[in-house]
Amino acid sequence: MTTPVLRVRGLGKRFGDVTALADVDLDVAEGEVVVVIGPSGSGKSTLVRCIDLLEEIDAGSVELDGELLGLRVDRRGVLRRMPARATAPQRRRMGMVFQSFNLFSHLTVERNVWEAPVRSLGEPLAEARARAQQLLERVGLGHKGDAYPVQLSGGQQQRVAIARALAMRPRLMLFDEPTSALDPELVGEVLAVMTSLAQERTTMVVVTHELQFAREVATRVVFMDAGRVVEQGTPDEVFGNPRTERLQTFLQRFSAAAS
Amino acid sequence: MDPAPTTQAPDARDSRPERRPWLWVAWVVLALLAAQVIAFVLRSDRLELPVVGEYLFAAPVLDGLVTTISLTAIATVLGALVCLARLSSLAPLRYLAAAWIAVFRSVPPLVQLLFWFNLAYLVPVLSIGIPFGPSVGEWSANDVITPWTAAVIGLSLYNSPYSAEIIRSGLSAVPRGQLEAASSLGLPARDTFFRIRLPQATRIILPPMGSQVISLLKGTSLVSVIAMTDLLGAAREVYTRTFEVVPLLIVAIVWYIVLVAVLTAGQSWLERRFSRGY
Repeated sequence: MTTPVLRVRGLGKRFGDVTALADVDLDVAEGEVVVVIGPSGSGKSTLVRCIDLLEEIDAGSVELDGELLGLRVDRRGVLRRMPARATAPQRRRMGMVFQSFNLFSHLTVERNVWEAPVRSLGEPLAEARARAQQLLERVGLGHKGDAYPVQLSGGQQQRVAIARALAMRPRLMLFDEPTSALDPELVGEVLAVMTSLAQERTTMVVVTHELQFAREVATRVVFMDAGRVVEQGTPDEVFGNPRTERLQTFLQRFSAAAS
Repeated sequence: MDPAPTTQAPDARDSRPERRPWLWVAWVVLALLAAQVIAFVLRSDRLELPVVGEYLFAAPVLDGLVTTISLTAIATVLGALVCLARLSSLAPLRYLAAAWIAVFRSVPPLVQLLFWFNLAYLVPVLSIGIPFGPSVGEWSANDVITPWTAAVIGLSLYNSPYSAEIIRSGLSAVPRGQLEAASSLGLPARDTFFRIRLPQATRIILPPMGSQVISLLKGTSLVSVIAMTDLLGAAREVYTRTFEVVPLLIVAIVWYIVLVAVLTAGQSWLERRFSRGY
């Protein structure tokens, strides 16, 4: 069996007395679109933030293409936490899309997209700019390169954020509730971009409350509750035949809210 | 039901501004005051405007001006360095900077100038070397502490805590999400600081920093008590010789006003420059 792109084993994370994640295992193979659903506070966001090294993990391990993230084994065989400086190359291999977009507000849209490839990867400026333009066109914002983020709608900002993450040619794209901060009529344009990425077999982990998206786009759905993976399977299995009571309750609440 | 068309309803376009009779009174009072000031300036023979004109661009005054500007610039830069230490990831450096800020913010600038000028009494010999071990070089404190070095040290130390706190508050006001995005993109720490964090902080730092630099600029006039010829010192040197006290103070005043005007203009230009995207 080939090594999965992402392998999470026994992942644990606490915030003070609160257990955010407990013993989470997750494998993501190349080209898979894993959608993580669950109630608020179930640890979904913490999971992707731990994978992206934005939070220090307390237990277990995360591997990207078989390489430990944020940890290394030194010459004496002692496991050591890597300083932030040393993990930058690992972060570059993962693209992160935040709930609150987090575009660099003092930079133009175009520069938001090419800044990191130029500074982090050392790409030549001309090349990076041309690619930034291509990526902006791909998310339907080719004409907004000179605008500042504040001049764009939330949906447009989030599409720029996706282009910015893609500019690093990541192995894995992580989405942390990408549509939760958007007005309802703007959600569709962002989901459309994500759907097209999925169709191109981009490896993705998506945390979202958009169950319709999970049903249509996911290759696998993971249901989390209270910091644990409770159930996972194909969308048909998870939505059509929920085995645990917690998932049944969760889905009922959602369909009640939708109707 | 549609509202019936009507001709009686008032139209805002027909309205006139409210009457303000006191506004005219205020204008008249202001005009009278201005006329009085102008008349005083034109008629007073003690103001000696020709003398002001004569010394405005005189060599000693311009030298003093350069001293004033250099002192301001050096003390501002040193303040920024203390701030970097205050934010360093090395705990000892951070504590040193915090202690530095606590001490030097408490001592009045005039007291500091006098203290550093008289350092030779406390420490006759300055030496660099291994602590409690052999020394590499030694200098007589009397030679090292000139009015110039005492002024630089005193003003820099006095100013650095203020600048450091202003810069620190600006840096910590940059939203966490901006830094998370930079970190997630694997931007090197240096680029994250200089291209993401500092430019965004500058927008917040500029207004208080502008006031701080202006007050430092004016504070440099204190150095004339340790025989330093800054702008005020130069004016004093001339008037102790010629007794044209008021005209030379006016020369100094004009230059202070010009410098502050230039700083203010620079500040608003920078503020516009760094408010792009907000």
